[in-house]
Amino acid sequence: MTTPLLETRGVWQRFGGLIANSDVSISVGRGEIVGLIGPNGAGKSTLFNLIAGVLPPTQGSIIFDGEDVTALPAAERCQRGVGRTFQVVKSFETMTVIDNVIVGALVRSTVMRDARRKAHEVLEFCGLGPRANVLASDLVPSEKRRLEVARALATEPKLLLLDEVLTGLTPVEAKTGVELVRKVRDTGVTVLMVEHVMEIVMPLVDRAIVLDLGKVLVEGKPADVVRDPKVITAYLGDRHAVGA
Amino acid sequence: MDTAFAERRRRDLIVAFVLAAIAATVPLFVKDSYLQNMMVLTLMWGALSQSWNILSGYCGQISLGHALYFGLGAYTTALLFTKFGVLPWFGMLGGGVISALIAMALGYPCFRLRGHYFVIATIVIAEIGLLLFHNWDWAGAAMGIEIPVRGDSWLKFQFPRSKLPYFYFALALACVAWFVTWWLEDSKWGYWWRAVKDNPEAAESLGVVVFNSKMGAAAVSAFLVAVGGSFYAQFVSYIDPESVMGFQFSLLMALPAVLGGIGTLWGPMLGAVILIPLTELTRSYVGGSGKGIDLIVYGGLIIAISLARPQGLIGLFSVKSLAGLLSPRRKEAVR
Repeated sequence: MTTPLLETRGVWQRFGGLIANSDVSISVGRGEIVGLIGPNGAGKSTLFNLIAGVLPPTQGSIIFDGEDVTALPAAERCQRGVGRTFQVVKSFETMTVIDNVIVGALVRSTVMRDARRKAHEVLEFCGLGPRANVLASDLVPSEKRRLEVARALATEPKLLLLDEVLTGLTPVEAKTGVELVRKVRDTGVTVLMVEHVMEIVMPLVDRAIVLDLGKVLVEGKPADVVRDPKVITAYLGDRHAVGA
Repeated sequence: MDTAFAERRRRDLIVAFVLAAIAATVPLFVKDSYLQNMMVLTLMWGALSQSWNILSGYCGQISLGHALYFGLGAYTTALLFTKFGVLPWFGMLGGGVISALIAMALGYPCFRLRGHYFVIATIVIAEIGLLLFHNWDWAGAAMGIEIPVRGDSWLKFQFPRSKLPYFYFALALACVAWFVTWWLEDSKWGYWWRAVKDNPEAAESLGVVVFNSKMGAAAVSAFLVAVGGSFYAQFVSYIDPESVMGFQFSLLMALPAVLGGIGTLWGPMLGAVILIPLTELTRSYVGGSGKGIDLIVYGGLIIAISLARPQGLIGLFSVKSLAGLLSPRRKEAVR
């Protein structure tokens, strides 16, 4: 069996007295779409930030592509092939859409002509081609989400971390979003996505990891996960679990 | 696919070339020494503001301490010449390199600060520089340094009898500062800087090493400003701490860019062309005793601009009638 693309080994994150992640060990295989789900405050975003390198874990290690990247800052992880989006979109507001994407493309080629061509390709891929010369601040929310994905894809990631890109979209927008994620995976990119809304992610992901209170609660095929009493309890409370 | 973009870049270059060519002929018609002096200052402040704009406009790290680099350039040239007989041309390069190194040394701790804290740090550091030079006897302390003037010489870059050489050097400096900006704008650095300004966290996630980007911007910016300072020392041939490192110089570098359009290619020059003649004229018409009137004019302009056109005057060029001059991209950017 080939080594997983991403592995977290016994990762802890404490913020003062609060334990956001405790002993989290997960792995993501190459070419998978893995959903990271869980109720509010489960520690999904923290784990995400640890993987992306926004902050170092209090304890434990993060292995990416067979290499320990625990000590590497976010920029270097990006260079190694970790791309990410932000839950609260962080577009470069005073820059045009194409320029936003060029920033990402420059990681792979600092020749402007190449970076620009790459950026245009990615925009087409994400369906933002016609909006290339619009200021990022003028995009509507669903387009901004797509720009987040485009920007990350321009860095040619091996692993794409999607932080609630499908949340808060209209059903139609969510559907095109789902298609985009599938398309991304078909190009050979592994996807780890945090989602809140189970109905959207479950049909999309190959595997789901449920976090609750900072720990891995359940892990498995989406269909099994949704029926797991522990998951139902975590989401809905004890009474429902008993009733089920 | 991107012919429009390439065309805009080329058009910017052509417009700059034509404007520079026109500017170069102006002294042939304007012989008045007062007006020539004003043009030299306008070009110099344009160049300085253009350089300031690299760090503060593009990279978004607002510095109100650039007088330090201006002063360092002026002092390096003056000291090397008066103490060791080193020609100002080498002094200019030396001052630039020293300033760039100091900018990076200062940036090392300061770029960990954000927003207002960074601005305050730049002000304080420039003040410390001012105090050091005030008390540094070897460098003339508060008395300053007089550069001995022997007569017109390109070698020693001094021209007591004519403003023209200074004018052409200032024009060249403005062109260089503009061209460097133009060139960097469509490079890795230009994109990194704007990304850092807009959202450092997102930039980092896209592989931008935020800290290095700021250091690069600081070094380029400080180098060019120091060259301007060297020029100024030769131009006025007498410097003291207040006259090259005072806080007002930091402000004067920022204002044209803010007025014209911060973080834009044309903003600083446009701002300087409006602001410098205006203040020079106010100064001469309201009288020398009215020291401060020019600053009141500044203040008034800045207030008017920030209320009516926070993007700077360059935004006025977005109107359709001037569309030919500007790209779709810029029109979007200033809307």
